[in-house]
Parts: sequence; C-alpha cells; structure tokens
Amino acid sequence: MAVETLIPASGGRQPPVPVPDPGADGPRSPDRAADPWYVRYALVGLTLLIVGGLVGLPLVAVFHHALANGLGAYWHNLTADPDTRHAVFLTLMVAPVAVGLNVIFGIAAAWVIARFRFPGRTILTTLIDLPFSVSPVVAGLVFVLLFSPTGPLGGWLRDNGFQVLFAPPGLVLATAFVTFPFVARELIPVLEAIGPEEELAARSLGASGWELFWRITLPNMKWGLLYGVILCNARAMGEFGAVYVVSGRIGGRTDTMPLRVEKLFQEYNTPAAFGLASVLTLLALVTLVAKVLIEPRLREKPPPSVGEP
Amino acid sequence: MTGVSRRALPGFGLGLGYTVFYLSAVVLIPLAACAWKAASLSPAEFVAAAWSDRARAAYTLSLWTAAAAAAINVALGLVVAWTLVRYEFPFRRLVDALVDVPLALPTAVAGLVYASLYAPNGWVGQYLEPLGIKVAYTEYGIVLVLVFTGFPFVVRTVQPVLADLDAEMEEAAAVLGADRWQAFRRVLLPTLIPPALTGFALAFARGLGEYGSVIFISSNMPYRTEIAAVLIVSRLEEYAYAEAAAIAVVLLAMSFALLAVINLLERWTQRHGG
Repeated sequence: MAVETLIPASGGRQPPVPVPDPGADGPRSPDRAADPWYVRYALVGLTLLIVGGLVGLPLVAVFHHALANGLGAYWHNLTADPDTRHAVFLTLMVAPVAVGLNVIFGIAAAWVIARFRFPGRTILTTLIDLPFSVSPVVAGLVFVLLFSPTGPLGGWLRDNGFQVLFAPPGLVLATAFVTFPFVARELIPVLEAIGPEEELAARSLGASGWELFWRITLPNMKWGLLYGVILCNARAMGEFGAVYVVSGRIGGRTDTMPLRVEKLFQEYNTPAAFGLASVLTLLALVTLVAKVLIEPRLREKPPPSVGEP
Repeated sequence: MTGVSRRALPGFGLGLGYTVFYLSAVVLIPLAACAWKAASLSPAEFVAAAWSDRARAAYTLSLWTAAAAAAINVALGLVVAWTLVRYEFPFRRLVDALVDVPLALPTAVAGLVYASLYAPNGWVGQYLEPLGIKVAYTEYGIVLVLVFTGFPFVVRTVQPVLADLDAEMEEAAAVLGADRWQAFRRVLLPTLIPPALTGFALAFARGLGEYGSVIFISSNMPYRTEIAAVLIVSRLEEYAYAEAAAIAVVLLAMSFALLAVINLLERWTQRHGG
C-alpha cells in the first residue's frame, strides 16, 4: 500500500481531533461582517439553535435528570451501590495506566519522528494514526482474538496464571489501543516547531542524553504534552466500545464507569445511570476548559535559542 | 525542517526501537491476529460469515446512517463555522467551545441522554410523537447520535480555511462587479469544498465504527436497526470468533479505504488553503 505518498512529508498532519481554534481571537476584520443584517441574524440564530439543540440541551438534560430527585438522592446513587463504586475505582485505575503507556510511547515516537530522518518515517507516522480509523468494537475484538483461552497466546498465558481478558490488563490494552495516537500526534508538531537548535547546543556543551531530555526537551514541550495527556485521559476514561468487548461485563469486577452507565440504563435505573453519566460529563467539561486554557500556550513562540544574541 | 544527524543527538536507536515495539505490541500484532483469525476460515465460510444477509443489512445500515449523518454535518458545520468566523455575537466563545463537546463527552453518555431526550416521553420526543415521528429505537435515532458524535469535524476543518480566506479575494471579486451570489459561488465555494469534504469523510469514518452511543438509541434488531459494530458484538457473544473477525475485516477495509481518501483530501485542502 502506497500510504507514504498519501501524507505530507512534514509528518505534522493536521489532527482531525484537536484543531487549534482560529476563531478564538475574534472575527478578523470588521468589514467582514458586512453581510446584510438579516443574513447575520438568521445565521447567528441558526448557529445558536444548532449548537444549543445538539450540544447544549443534552448537557442540561444530563444534569437535570441526575439531580431530579435532589442532591441527597444524587449522592446516594453515586456512592451506595458497591458496583458503581467499583466502576469509578476501576476507571481511575485503568485510565492512568493506559495514558502513562501512551505518554512514554508518544515521547519516544515524537523524538524519533521530529528529530531524525530515516526510511519508513512516513509510514510510521501513518501507522501511529491508524487506531483512530479502527472501530472501537474492532479494537476490543482484536484483543479478544489474541487473548482468548482457545488462542495460542491466551492459552499459554492462562496456563501460567495470567488473566488478560475479562480482567484489568485487557481493559488497559483496549484503552491504550483507542487512545494510542493522542500524545504522539500532539508532540510531533510541537517538537518540530521548537527545532533541534537548543538540544544540539546543549549536546555540544557535553550534556548527557538524560540531562538533555529533562532540562531542555521536556520543559520545551510541556504544554503540548499536557494537552495530549488531557485529551488522551478524557478518551481513556470515557471509552465504551473497546472495553465493552474485552471486559466480559462482570458487575463489580470489570465494569468501568461508562459500562456501568449502560448497565444501569438496561436495568431501568435511569436516575443512577444519569448520576454516573453526570460525573463523566463533568470530566468532559473540565477537559474542555483545560483545553481552552492550554491552547494559547501551544501557539506561543518557542523560547529563544541558547546562542541568540 | 530537516532532521539532524543521528550522531548529533542521542536516542535514535532507543526511541525508534521502543516506538516500533510498542506500535507492534498494542496495534499491529492485535490487528494481524484479527486478519489471521479471519483467514482461518475457508473462502466459502468467510463469505458465509462476512456476506450473509444479516451482515449485508448491517453494512448497508452502517454506511447509509454514517453517510447521512456526515452529510447533515456538512450543512450544519458550514453554517456554524461561517458564523463563528465572520460574526461577533454574545456567547460566541462559549458556542465555539461547545462545538468540541462531542469529542470529549463519553459516547455512552451521549447515547444515554439522546435516548432519553428522544424517547416518546422525552423532552423532545413528546413533541415528535403526535406528529408520527419516531426517533428513538429507529434508524433515524442512529443518524441523530451520529450527527452528534461527528458534529465537530466539519466545523473544525472548515473554520481555519474560512479564517485564512483572503478578504481581498472577495473584495476584488466585488470590485470586478461580481454580486454577492457570484462572489460566493466563484470565490468562496471552491475554497470551502475541500475542507468540507475532509470533514465529511472524517465524520463518516467516525460514524462507521461508532458503537457506544448507537446501542442506547437503536433497538439493535437484526436486519432492521443493527449496525455492523453491533453485529460483531453479537457474534462475539455467541463465541463465533472467526465470524466476528470476518465482519471486522470488512469493516476495517472500509475504514482504511476512507483513511486513504481522507489523506488525499487533506493534501488537497492544504494545496487550496495555501
């Protein structure tokens, strides 16, 4: 497959997920608003209707239904059920591990792709994006096939006492798969924009690889890294399809928060489902606020190089 | 931007080795396991699994609901992107931030809340019910949640292109005697088509594989409202692993074809956008 011809050589392909928002600084020039007033009013009204109906109304509905029976009932729904408590605990365990794995990978991949030229670099960049095009259900399925007790690897692991499927390791793997590209694709353009000059200078002054990373590369890319971690974490905590398939849906054992929401919904326990959903919604809103706060820092000019006058 | 020499900076071997190792362990080998499992079927068995009436009904439903949702998102996205870039109005920043909510909101939450809003007794469903419009538990419900999950894509692909669009180009068109409609058709439209198509393809690809939000609002009935991802899960629950893998291979082939199209479209957008 001639994928390498399909993407630009820079390796910094525009991410479809977090695009820096060019509209945030306001309309560019006043005369651009010279459309007739009725066009303006109609389009603004339509936009408010679209975003309000598609996004605003569901957000309001989540909190309305969660809090419909008062704060006491809300708190009871969240904390009284041991299966719900375990789901919160499991999500808080699984997501950070998956994010951590992808951070280590993202840093390694970004360093190699942004700083060096080598054969297969373009293909590597394309392959990193691959998980975004795979259905979450398929992402879960591949791990079921790999680790099912009837498969070669799963059989061997079972004989040696390792349970991957229907257990936290499977949840971590499926989550790591669906959130795979987030950190790497944020860091590659950030590292490319900073350029290697400072690192080369430090190297020529005798810095070790370790010093280079902790004192120059990491501080320079910290906002990009934080941005990637936040997006990766939001997806990791909210992932449904992939973990649904590998979890085996064992209540109190392998249900994460989103899976628990679905189970409560199936049990017609709608208030509890919305209660837990409201926690996930809050997480999403916090993520978006953090995103809005970090984005301006990503567009800041990189700090001046060491050797500049 | 050129790369540096492998001797000038450390970490090339270690970084590349770890990148390739992790990519293989988490993505490539598992995907190969799926292809390997599907290949364990004979060609006749593969066709029976991946191309049964039920499977074909599921692909058809997945394809048309995702395409319909993506098309609706092109219309909605163009309006929203246009308004956000060109006009100042109260709460513009908030509206702009809200566009990203579908990317951050867990799909299970989206499915739960949409199923409840559009159920016959829901906030919106109660007004649609007397009109004879059924959304929840039908294929229209599937389109609706896919519109939600794919909403940010067209807005975010069109927005930067609109913002970068040379105002002078429009002015020049006006000076040369073009009326508003001509300026729109001749100047704006050709510039907006590549990003709009990219957004369409991204929303389409997202919708094709979507699972979490759909199972809440669809009745998931075989032949009627069962999308391909739901069929894979039912095959898995019957422990028909090879059949599930065969359907997954078809779905993967569609996704990868779309990925290639998206890459081409993005190159086209970059050429047009300058």
